[in-house]
Amino acid sequence: MYSTKSKYVGLLYITPALLFVAAFTLYPLGQLFWMSLHNWSLLGGTRLIGVGNYVRAYQDPIFWSALFFTFKYTLYLTPILMILGYLIALLTSGTSRLVKLARAIVFIPVVIGIGSSSLLWVWLFQPQIGLFNRLLVDLQVIPKPLVWFGADATLGLWGVIISITWKVVGFGMILFVVGIQSIPTEIIEGAKLDGASYWQRVRKIIVPLNYRIILLVTLVSAIGSMLAFEQFYIMTTGAPENQTITSVYWIYTNSFTYFKLGYGATLSIILMLIVVIGTAVQITLTRRRSGE
Amino acid sequence: MSLLKKRRAGRNSYLIAAICLALVAVMLFPLVMSLLTSVKPPGEAALWPPNYLPSRLSFSNYVEMYKYQAGLPLYLFNSFSVAFITIGGCVILASLTGFGLARFSIPYKEFFFLLLICGMMIPYQTLLTPLYIMFSRLGIQNTRVGLAIVHTAIQLPFSIFLMRHSFEAVPSELEEAAVIDGCNSFQLLWRIFLPSVVPGIVTVALFAFLTSWNEFIGALIFMNKETMFTLPIMLVASRTGYYGSTDWGILQAGVVISIIPCVPVYLLLQKYYVSGLMTGAVK
Repeated sequence: MYSTKSKYVGLLYITPALLFVAAFTLYPLGQLFWMSLHNWSLLGGTRLIGVGNYVRAYQDPIFWSALFFTFKYTLYLTPILMILGYLIALLTSGTSRLVKLARAIVFIPVVIGIGSSSLLWVWLFQPQIGLFNRLLVDLQVIPKPLVWFGADATLGLWGVIISITWKVVGFGMILFVVGIQSIPTEIIEGAKLDGASYWQRVRKIIVPLNYRIILLVTLVSAIGSMLAFEQFYIMTTGAPENQTITSVYWIYTNSFTYFKLGYGATLSIILMLIVVIGTAVQITLTRRRSGE
Repeated sequence: MSLLKKRRAGRNSYLIAAICLALVAVMLFPLVMSLLTSVKPPGEAALWPPNYLPSRLSFSNYVEMYKYQAGLPLYLFNSFSVAFITIGGCVILASLTGFGLARFSIPYKEFFFLLLICGMMIPYQTLLTPLYIMFSRLGIQNTRVGLAIVHTAIQLPFSIFLMRHSFEAVPSELEEAAVIDGCNSFQLLWRIFLPSVVPGIVTVALFAFLTSWNEFIGALIFMNKETMFTLPIMLVASRTGYYGSTDWGILQAGVVISIIPCVPVYLLLQKYYVSGLMTGAVK
């Protein structure tokens, strides 16, 4: 460690970032709580209403349906991402050229913007000219093109899930590959000598040893889904009848379409609490398991 | 290995190869279709039923995209300048902070560290409403610097985390020699440490670029003037912009343009990307 007479030299180096974080993360966080207790419009004045906004959220049917829909999306998507991501990681954790190429290509959509990927998929899903529809018809999976984002909210949800799986499955895969590759070969060879089949080795050895990384990816994916916005804003636009509105989408609509900023702040706090509590529970789970 | 086992292993590797190829085809299908449609002649993307391949090569969709509203160069300029300011902000702030945290004894260091990275726990989407109020008061909504501040706030915790890690990995022998030579702490940072943490800086810059270039909801909220739109916002706006109906050929040209900086950057810097992801994940 750099020896210096004053212990404040180090403090000097971290001060700019501290000021930045204080101004653009901590202050807005405090402001968010403050706003949530007010009736706050952009142009008109602000009026303290205590927990009025929270009561309103409790009585707001769209808030509940948006929250429920976001949970549903998360519960459908997360297992798909985990299982598919892990299977692809098992397939591509080798060192051959083809396998490495496959890994790099599966990862490409992760670095593309969610706006771009949603615009790409909403076109692929288009009922008349969408090429994903055409492909499914050509492969005789469906008899005629589907209207993915129309009157059927469930079909819309699955359309978004397909596109997001394509977009982010590579994220889990790349971390799982690192996890699988970090398992010492002696352990695997030993199990082989004991006559364990490939799937037995996966179930009894590889997956349990990757427990921490699996939990981590689950957490990151679940949080990402709980905060989903762009894919629905662009692909379903909340239709039909607000049935595909997510929590962030409803915050956005209240704050920036209706300009009910106080109410938007209240909804933000509720969502933040849900995410933070979820994270804390999962971190505790990880700690306990690794402490055994 | 017995002959039987060998034959089985051989068959398995064919199976793996076949599945890999199928996987690659599935993953590339959307990208290849978008690219092929973007070079279709005018109107051909609207044909029903649609064709996979263009009848001939044409760049008219790109020309149309180039001419859209205030012109593509302006939107590219907006996106690139926000991204570069974000990179600058993250690299400078995170390098100073990483150096300070890794190489000095600071009172309540871990407390400060937690404050600095607490943004990792707070979803930034929930902070956009108060930031919007703050920025309207400061008069910096609808400015590139304003949006870059938001993007820096999103990306800074991860950057600080990564730079602290990088500075801690530099062997202390280098440092001791420099101190004996009479370097002050800033010379120490500039001459001795920065050259050793270049991989960390590249990683921070790479992630900052991708975050800023791709970020959507912040740009949607803060840039509500047409001439300030970043590329993703302009693309979504252009969807309804062509005589009320969408020209999907032109839109796919835009999608391709928005993807172009990301994919080569990722492929070139794959090594940094994956190692950065791992440091961020394993913490």
